[in-house]
Amino acid sequence: MHEYPITSQIVKIAGEYAQKAQAARVVKINLVVGDYSGFIGDSISMYFDILSEGTICEGAELSIRKVHPMLRCRSCGDLFKKVPFSFECPKCGGEGGPTEIGKEFYIESIEVE
Amino acid sequence: MSETKKIEVMENIHGENERIALETNQRLTEAGIFCVNVMGAPGAGKTSSIIQIIKNLKHVTPFVIEGDIESDLDTQTLTRLGIKTFQINTGGACHLDAPLIRDAVNMLAPNKKGILFIENIGNLVCPAEFVIGEHMKLLISTVTEGSDKPYKYPLAFEKADGVILNKSDLMPYIDFDLDFFTKGFRALNPQAPLFKVSAKTGDGFSQVAQWLEEKAMGLNEAKD
Repeated sequence: MHEYPITSQIVKIAGEYAQKAQAARVVKINLVVGDYSGFIGDSISMYFDILSEGTICEGAELSIRKVHPMLRCRSCGDLFKKVPFSFECPKCGGEGGPTEIGKEFYIESIEVE
Repeated sequence: MSETKKIEVMENIHGENERIALETNQRLTEAGIFCVNVMGAPGAGKTSSIIQIIKNLKHVTPFVIEGDIESDLDTQTLTRLGIKTFQINTGGACHLDAPLIRDAVNMLAPNKKGILFIENIGNLVCPAEFVIGEHMKLLISTVTEGSDKPYKYPLAFEKADGVILNKSDLMPYIDFDLDFFTKGFRALNPQAPLFKVSAKTGDGFSQVAQWLEEKAMGLNEAKD
């Protein structure tokens, strides 16, 4: 349910860029989806096939690059991968704070013909 | 076979939602209305907390937009208390978004300066991902949900500008580890205030109301 409206937004944005480029059809959409974006790639793919029907995006491949969340240590400044139930820096034991890495949710590019 | 061409897009998929949210935010700011996006799990006591906050407001007029999947029970409660309230039923959608709130603000038509509380759908996940035009996100967590919530739902705690820990009167009867809760919350969010309250007894809400009133009055001072 959650991914349905957002997938129509993906079809809309990709379609607008393809039309601007006077393309006949979109063959691939390159998406970047952070694990903390709240959106599930498989679910977007499922809706995409339905929502792209009859549009310039119909039949396009959806390529999703996932991004794992990273924390930044408030003591030593290192970036490190978030693991469940912990904010501890593996290098110095300090506390890691959230960053924007892992929250991405954008269309990087489209491939058209 | 025709040639394939790559076009750079780099466009945020939330872009349109964010644009509409910004318009609503600007409109509310102009009208002197401080908008609070109230988030929390089902049963956290969102409506009860809003009522307790409103009872403790001394200087500003409250308005409410109620978001529910179905029913207008909460709106009936608020309306009975004389609070101008508009109900949104999402019919299944798990969060409120900016277009819904733009339309609801039009319908509610708040006509004086004050605070607009928007009660989001009961859910600790999706509401945190969508801006709706608010000046602030207020998260309601409860001791009965357990002390691990900041670890399991980090985005909601990270995005919150203030957190209410409701049902605190039940603390002696359940295994709620306040230190563990606070440690996780502070790792995600070093700044936002944490208020321990009970919507059942009303304890702690005068501080929440005072804090919100200061924010609301700050909005109008900044504008005037």
